[in-house]
Amino acid sequence: MINTSEIMETLRMIDQEKLDVRTITMGISLFECVTDDEDKLAQRIYDRITTQAEHLCKTGEEIERDFGVPIVNKRVAVTPAALIMGAVKHPVKIAKALDRAGKTVGVDFIGGYTALVQKGMTGADRRLIESIPEALSETDILCSSVNVASTRAGINMDAVGMCGRAVKALAEKTRDRDGLGCAKFVVFANAVEDNPFMAGAFFGPGEGDSAVSVGVSGPGAVKRALEDVRGLPFDQVAETIKRTAFRITRVGQLVAREASRRLNVPFGIVDLSLAPTPAVGDSVAHILEEMGLEKCGTHGSTAALALLNDAVKKGGVMASSHVGGLSGAFIPLSEDIGMIHAAAEGALCLDKLEAMTCVCSVGLDMIAVPGDTSAETISAIIADEAAIGVINTKTTAVRLIPAPGKQVGDRVEFGGLLGWAPVIPVHPFSSADFIARGGRIPAPLNSLKN
Amino acid sequence: MENPVSKAVVTVLGFDSKGIIAQVSHVLFIHDINILDISQTVVSGYFNMIMLVDITSPNCSFDVIRDDLNALAKKLGLEIRIQKSEIFEAMHQI
Repeated sequence: MINTSEIMETLRMIDQEKLDVRTITMGISLFECVTDDEDKLAQRIYDRITTQAEHLCKTGEEIERDFGVPIVNKRVAVTPAALIMGAVKHPVKIAKALDRAGKTVGVDFIGGYTALVQKGMTGADRRLIESIPEALSETDILCSSVNVASTRAGINMDAVGMCGRAVKALAEKTRDRDGLGCAKFVVFANAVEDNPFMAGAFFGPGEGDSAVSVGVSGPGAVKRALEDVRGLPFDQVAETIKRTAFRITRVGQLVAREASRRLNVPFGIVDLSLAPTPAVGDSVAHILEEMGLEKCGTHGSTAALALLNDAVKKGGVMASSHVGGLSGAFIPLSEDIGMIHAAAEGALCLDKLEAMTCVCSVGLDMIAVPGDTSAETISAIIADEAAIGVINTKTTAVRLIPAPGKQVGDRVEFGGLLGWAPVIPVHPFSSADFIARGGRIPAPLNSLKN
Repeated sequence: MENPVSKAVVTVLGFDSKGIIAQVSHVLFIHDINILDISQTVVSGYFNMIMLVDITSPNCSFDVIRDDLNALAKKLGLEIRIQKSEIFEAMHQI
């Protein structure tokens, strides 16, 4: 029997601490759509998605009402598009079909305009990457990702070079919106096949026909719980985070199980990530500050984040039957009010963010850099981040916005869940000759660890 | 297959006035919902009630019950919520 204080605790977590389910994401395999006729492929993709995900949004809203817990987004993730576009000469046509299908079923985002090129590139991969600026500037809810590196394959530096140029061109094409297009494009190392979070969601080739996965949120609940252990040793901090993460994840597991049952689609995974939003009281940076740091980004931030990331996983794993995706703590800059303030006050710089990505779930995320940052510098930042992922056998990612016409200190507005960001500096020295080499950085040795 | 959801938690919060329990119970009664447990406190004029109810066989959909409770909440100037009990069980029981 549940008691009064437990009921009140749940209500408090939802109302005051902004506990929510960030997303129900339906993965849909598009392999059955394959044909060498572009128009027919586009039509099949549209039909496949609008049939399979027809009831996704309605079901999400029903679950939200039944349990009284907000479900912020409904999303669709599909098979990496490059894998089914072998014969396609005009990939933007497929991008538009995906975007249209997503809008018809009413989802917030559709992900999977993706190429997996960690080792080599097919013609289709190359055409897809080259089309990204056009595809994302001419669509609204489509998200794109490219996996440029893996621990087993090393880093594909040709792809890294292409992605840097794609980011620049995409920013330019969406100049009127401060380069907002770049918020829909992420470059990965060690990308996972079942990530429900955008912009990097795709439904990997190792998946089945379809599955529903859930991404939770709830930094506010963790921050609030830590207020009760102020000044106490880290042992208690870790225990408190684990306990809270367990509860948050149980909500995710319940929603995932219900969605799976009601939609008659297999349950995929629960992603344990603590996803922040720009709302006050929903910040990962504030959790780190609650641990005793004056500002996120100061010395100690990496250790604090390491503890948080590990404790979230330890608490969450037992709460769900299948855990996957990116699972950990996200540190997107523009989507976290604590990060925004830390960056605006100069406490948080790109180098410290890079260090923090060594111990957290993803990478350099939603960071606005000056509009005159060169494509080569962006590529070099991608290469650094990929190296961290490859060497440490973890997923890393880069989602940078070189905001056209903006300088350090300017403010870039994205709106909604994407928030706003102060433009922060990059190093002024050139990496052009480094990126011009191309080729591959070999896969690392996984012994003799020092 | 698991058993279908059968219980829900009704929470009522707001300033105390006469007849809150009567009116909330009436809405539940007309939808054929049995009250299993009630816990209620009033602290400095602030009314707080939690009801555990059986929704195994109501005579209408869950949405209709919620809409009627919302209408009552508006009329009384209170916050009334109904949530299936599984969310509380999931979060607090292993």
